Amino acid sequence: MSEALLYFIQQLINGLTIGSAYALIAIGYTMVYGIIGMINFAHGEIYMIGAYTALIAITGLATLGVTWLPLVLLVALVCAMIVSSSMGWAVERVAYRPVRGRHRLIPLISAIGMSIFLQNYVHLAQGSRNIGFPSLIEGSFRFGSPENFQVSLSFIQITIFITTLICMTALSVFISRSRTGRACRAVSQDLGMASLLGIDTNRIISATFVIGAALAAVAGLLLGMYYGSIDPLFGFIAGLKAFTAAVLGGIGSIPGAMLGGLILGVAESMTSGYLSGEYKDVISFSLLILILLFKPTGLLGKPEVEKI
Amino acid sequence: MAAQNFRHALFCAIVTLIIAYPILGLNLEARGIDITLTGADTFTVVMVFIAAVVVFAFQLFRDGIMETFKSLPGLRSGGAHKEPMAENRRARIESWVITGIVVLALFWPFFVSRGSVDLATLVLIYVILALGLNVVVGLAGLLDLGYVAFYAVGAYTFALLSEYLGVSFWLALPIGALLAALFGLVLGFPVLRLRGDYLAIVTLGFGEIIRILLNNWTSLTGGPNGIGGIPDPTLFGMEFGRRVKEEGNVSFHETFGIAYAGEHKVIFLYLIALVLAVFTALVIRRFMRMPVGRAWEALREDEIAARSLGMSRTAVKLSAFTIGAFFAGFAGTVFASKQGFISPESFVFLESAIILAIVVLGGMGSQIGVILAAVAVTILPELAREFSEYRMLIFGAAMVLMMVWRPQGLMPMRRIHIELKGQE
Repeated sequence: MSEALLYFIQQLINGLTIGSAYALIAIGYTMVYGIIGMINFAHGEIYMIGAYTALIAITGLATLGVTWLPLVLLVALVCAMIVSSSMGWAVERVAYRPVRGRHRLIPLISAIGMSIFLQNYVHLAQGSRNIGFPSLIEGSFRFGSPENFQVSLSFIQITIFITTLICMTALSVFISRSRTGRACRAVSQDLGMASLLGIDTNRIISATFVIGAALAAVAGLLLGMYYGSIDPLFGFIAGLKAFTAAVLGGIGSIPGAMLGGLILGVAESMTSGYLSGEYKDVISFSLLILILLFKPTGLLGKPEVEKI
Repeated sequence: MAAQNFRHALFCAIVTLIIAYPILGLNLEARGIDITLTGADTFTVVMVFIAAVVVFAFQLFRDGIMETFKSLPGLRSGGAHKEPMAENRRARIESWVITGIVVLALFWPFFVSRGSVDLATLVLIYVILALGLNVVVGLAGLLDLGYVAFYAVGAYTFALLSEYLGVSFWLALPIGALLAALFGLVLGFPVLRLRGDYLAIVTLGFGEIIRILLNNWTSLTGGPNGIGGIPDPTLFGMEFGRRVKEEGNVSFHETFGIAYAGEHKVIFLYLIALVLAVFTALVIRRFMRMPVGRAWEALREDEIAARSLGMSRTAVKLSAFTIGAFFAGFAGTVFASKQGFISPESFVFLESAIILAIVVLGGMGSQIGVILAAVAVTILPELAREFSEYRMLIFGAAMVLMMVWRPQGLMPMRRIHIELKGQE
């Protein structure tokens, strides 16, 4: 294979890795938006808290002398999911539920306040410097001749793919089969009607936040290992990217979030591969602006009719 | 009921522990490449547990506590029994008080230290910014999270014009503001069709794009190193430096035959900022009473109704956006001149968030409230230096609490209205 093609394949692999992690975060945005129609600005911070908790758990286990990799990963994952979900639940309870149903700007400003608060909460407690995250899963497959460009597919990238796939499948099954999932769909179609039919809408909304936060925590652990370092601000940009992914795929639609995440990830890695790494954020924000201008419903979203 | 309350309270307490203990109680420390985990001091751990107990108690007796709150006299209905002051009398008193404050602000810098005048200039820059954002967010109801981009446009316009073309402050001031307004117009034209929350995200993205461009366009803007050597403003061709830098200018202290003092420049800048802040406030006040101002509010309150009355949504929103951007450009020029050096570091999202916090805390739409909030938000962290690292934490919490309890702000906006007397 020619070198240019190999380089392209490498960028594609990198893009799909990042993209699938974005998709995991994007689920939180898209589900919350689908149900109560607000942007959960603090979601990026929940993801960041998930990454921190995972790192704390990994370091704690290392101190205790536990080094069996599957156990370490499992414990880190569970801890991160528990802390992030609790955070998601508490955030909804404290900052969003009291302002639900008021003028559109009010929940949004409340969410921005929450995001700033959580950023500084972690900043004050854990310091502002970025901190190394052990990659835990080393090694990679390599393709191509050693003297030319080699495509590398690292084990951590495979882990990210597979984990995302498992989470997405589980979520789809949960949404389409379980009782709570059915209630979620009902509430997102018509909140008032669902509550008339005896669904505890408050509980369903809480559940949405909890599920979104848990998936964000998974992404936090995976991307923490992939990037190799975390800091209190790294949730902000990732959250914005994930939101872009959600909008790109059509906000409110779960397969859309997955598709949007993958497209965004590939677009980003192509930009940094062929243009310059500095401009990859510019590309994703420009993509967001263009999508919102020309196709605000996204790729898989349903058009929203404004009722009077 | 009691059992259910108890279970809920217990649940809330456990959640509090889960979200507080790992982050606060276990600290990660990097020593070289090794990361170690150390437990926090006893005080923090005890505080976390106390917080959990407080949450438990509050949730357990929630209903009772809420009842007590409601029955407290004067808390919710504060001042409702008082006869409201007559509108024209109130307006007269208000205008006297404001005139007094402005006159006081004019003479105040001659009697205080250089540091406080410098801080006051910064306060005034924030006042201009907050008043400008107030038009966009408070009056027109458009949540602009990239407001700092227009501020950056103003500042960089002045810096670049002076570096490459030798343009002076007075010429750069209108150019910077107009260019910022143009940016607002160009950005606003496509995005203002978007709904509120999408608009917020797009403006946020735009602000980030501007910052990234400034950071990476090294050949023009100097990238992260910024631009230095921005000239000070002159007073009718008189410079405030010890030595005259430009041909044809004279220095201020030689013209008036007084000794050179560094304070002159600082005070002069302060006075410029004061004049601009007053100008901003007056112009926006005019706008609020003009049909366009009414249209902003109408569109904010009910877009569909406003449109069905024949208002052009785009024109009205665009005017608010452009006017807001214009004043941000003003503030940017003054800021560049005050600092003498600018870099993309000064125009991060946090800056937008602070300005937004000022508008929200002051009361969206209320000019007096916004001015007071700008003063408070800028000065308080300087007064309480030991708490300065908690500044953003407190801002964030204050924004949430404000939205939950008092979305209209500390000093809510009062609509200008006329009362008819002697009629039933």
